[in-house]
Amino acid sequence: MVVLALAGLVLAQSALLINGAGATFPYPIYSKWFDEYHKANGTQINYQSVGSGAGIKQVTEGTVDFGATDGPMNDDQIKAYRAKNSAGILHFPTVLGAVVPTYNVPGVTSALNFTPEALSGIFLGRVSKWNDPAIANANKGVNLPGNDIVVIHRSDGSGTTYIWTDYLSKVNSDWQEKVSKGTSVNWPVGLGGKGNEGVTGLIKQTPNSIGYVELIYAAQNKVPYGAVKNSAGSFVKADLASVTEAAAGAVKTIPEDFRVSITNSPGKNAYPISSFTWLLIPEKFKDTAKRDAMKGFLKWALTDGQGAVENLSYAKLPKEVVDKELKAINKIQ
Amino acid sequence: MASSTINVPNASPVVGSRSFLSRLRNGDEIARVITFLFAASVVLITLLLIFELWTGSALPRHKFGLHFFFTKVWDPIAEQFGALPFIYGTLITAGVALILAVPLGIGAAIFLAELAPQKLSDPLQFFIDLLAAVPSVIYGLLGVFIVIPIMRQFIQPALKNSLGFLPLFQGPAYGVGFLTAGVVLAIMVIPYIISVSREVLMSVPRDQREAALALGSTRWESTWKVVVPFAKTGIMGSIFLALARALGETMAVTMVIGNTPTISSSLFSPGYSIAAVIANEFTEATGDMYLQALIELGLVLFLLTFILNGLARLLMLLTTERGSGMGQV
Repeated sequence: MVVLALAGLVLAQSALLINGAGATFPYPIYSKWFDEYHKANGTQINYQSVGSGAGIKQVTEGTVDFGATDGPMNDDQIKAYRAKNSAGILHFPTVLGAVVPTYNVPGVTSALNFTPEALSGIFLGRVSKWNDPAIANANKGVNLPGNDIVVIHRSDGSGTTYIWTDYLSKVNSDWQEKVSKGTSVNWPVGLGGKGNEGVTGLIKQTPNSIGYVELIYAAQNKVPYGAVKNSAGSFVKADLASVTEAAAGAVKTIPEDFRVSITNSPGKNAYPISSFTWLLIPEKFKDTAKRDAMKGFLKWALTDGQGAVENLSYAKLPKEVVDKELKAINKIQ
Repeated sequence: MASSTINVPNASPVVGSRSFLSRLRNGDEIARVITFLFAASVVLITLLLIFELWTGSALPRHKFGLHFFFTKVWDPIAEQFGALPFIYGTLITAGVALILAVPLGIGAAIFLAELAPQKLSDPLQFFIDLLAAVPSVIYGLLGVFIVIPIMRQFIQPALKNSLGFLPLFQGPAYGVGFLTAGVVLAIMVIPYIISVSREVLMSVPRDQREAALALGSTRWESTWKVVVPFAKTGIMGSIFLALARALGETMAVTMVIGNTPTISSSLFSPGYSIAAVIANEFTEATGDMYLQALIELGLVLFLLTFILNGLARLLMLLTTERGSGMGQV
């Protein structure tokens, strides 16, 4: 690395190294972006997918130049950042992801419909049979068995759990009170599987089970998943368009700092369990070369970079959000 | 130590300082200092570890005190942390593992060391050593794809039908849980028990066997009543090694235990172990209290290992005293 950096200094002033760390969910698209941007501009960006929590911690402590997270930093974390770095930190949404309910019910082959009441009831342990009216009423014509439901959740702390519990908190006040949202929560019922692959593996092996995985994981591994009723009252199956629509539905209410949850977003075809994933960029850079490179990369990722997004099953940002972000880049000093 | 007692008579006709120099030239002093440092580093690392775990867990230690050991709630959002379900899960899975692995392992070791012909014993030993070197994630995959389905479809229903009146074998059979984790751990620790026990049994002096045979005992009597008691200390050592591995195993356990902090008398119930929860939650632990509670769990695991090892050593002291006559004959 040192040799490369020295050689870079001699050859061209643009060979710059920027370090980042954080969320695992956007890692595939980030590594593709960083690679393409390096080829095009010579700026080298290293990214370690160590998890959102660790990303927030590392950028706060200044061990990396930028962070990345699947759940926005909360007010305490922002305060802690400000206290430590005497400047703020900016959130930039980069792509969109979604979390889908997946299940294994013997005899059921069609995609099931889930209402918010059914999902929160199942995960609270109140809806405990597959033929419970909460599920059956939304699935007329499907022969649901009277077996006990086995709930499966993530055991490792993860952004996927954050998005899932954020949604459940919005649609069910009991959930909000008793469990709330976070990367790990105190689950009322269920078994834990490690990672998307652990959850999928348990569901495949356990009859009458239900769990949740990332849309990308489900799409790439052909895991069947159900549709969820959105706030407009229609059952929507997650796909790239319905996820982008969820973000578009939230555009009007998006705050200046982009810290917004778009779960249960309005919009006729919006998929309700969608979320941004964010880059965390310091407001102030000591090194002006790094600052300019970071700004350059952000501009590129929000414009040209969005073209590469859908090949990797991420949903694109809506145009309105991109326009807002391009303005916000000027806040970086 | 031994080197100095040997050196003294050799060095006695020479003046003191020269003796030191000559010893230095011979390398004895250097070897002694260096090996002492190596030995001391083990103690140093252990102390450092305790120090780090202790200082790193100050927040939850002050907030929860001893309640940390006795409360069941693990809620990262409300910042309520109790270690009891994890301690329970760790002990139960290690216990199940030892109950299954000890008779199997010692039986196999006796066969390999005493009864099997050399031609069979050596290749088998090779396979056992190979098993001991398999990474734990591979055992985890074995657990997920083979042990869990077998447990759910065959073993758990069979246990329920035959021994279902016991609280140990009640409740729904998910496949994952304490029992499955114990079985996978048993598979993992058996090679350790066999390998070490066989080595110990083979080092029992030939005279012992011949004396027993000369007194008219059968082959099995000489093995069971003379050779095995002679090797008891070593066999116990192999069991401690197995216990230590079972307590600290992380990857394989988290893949099959169900990762739910519950305390249940049923072995079918999903559970959680200390090592598994640390591995699962450490990377995404935000907030000092949460992170430090995980570190305190590490401290608890350390304590647990320490206490169990101490008890085992005590047990060994008590039993060897009683059987020492046999060993010294």
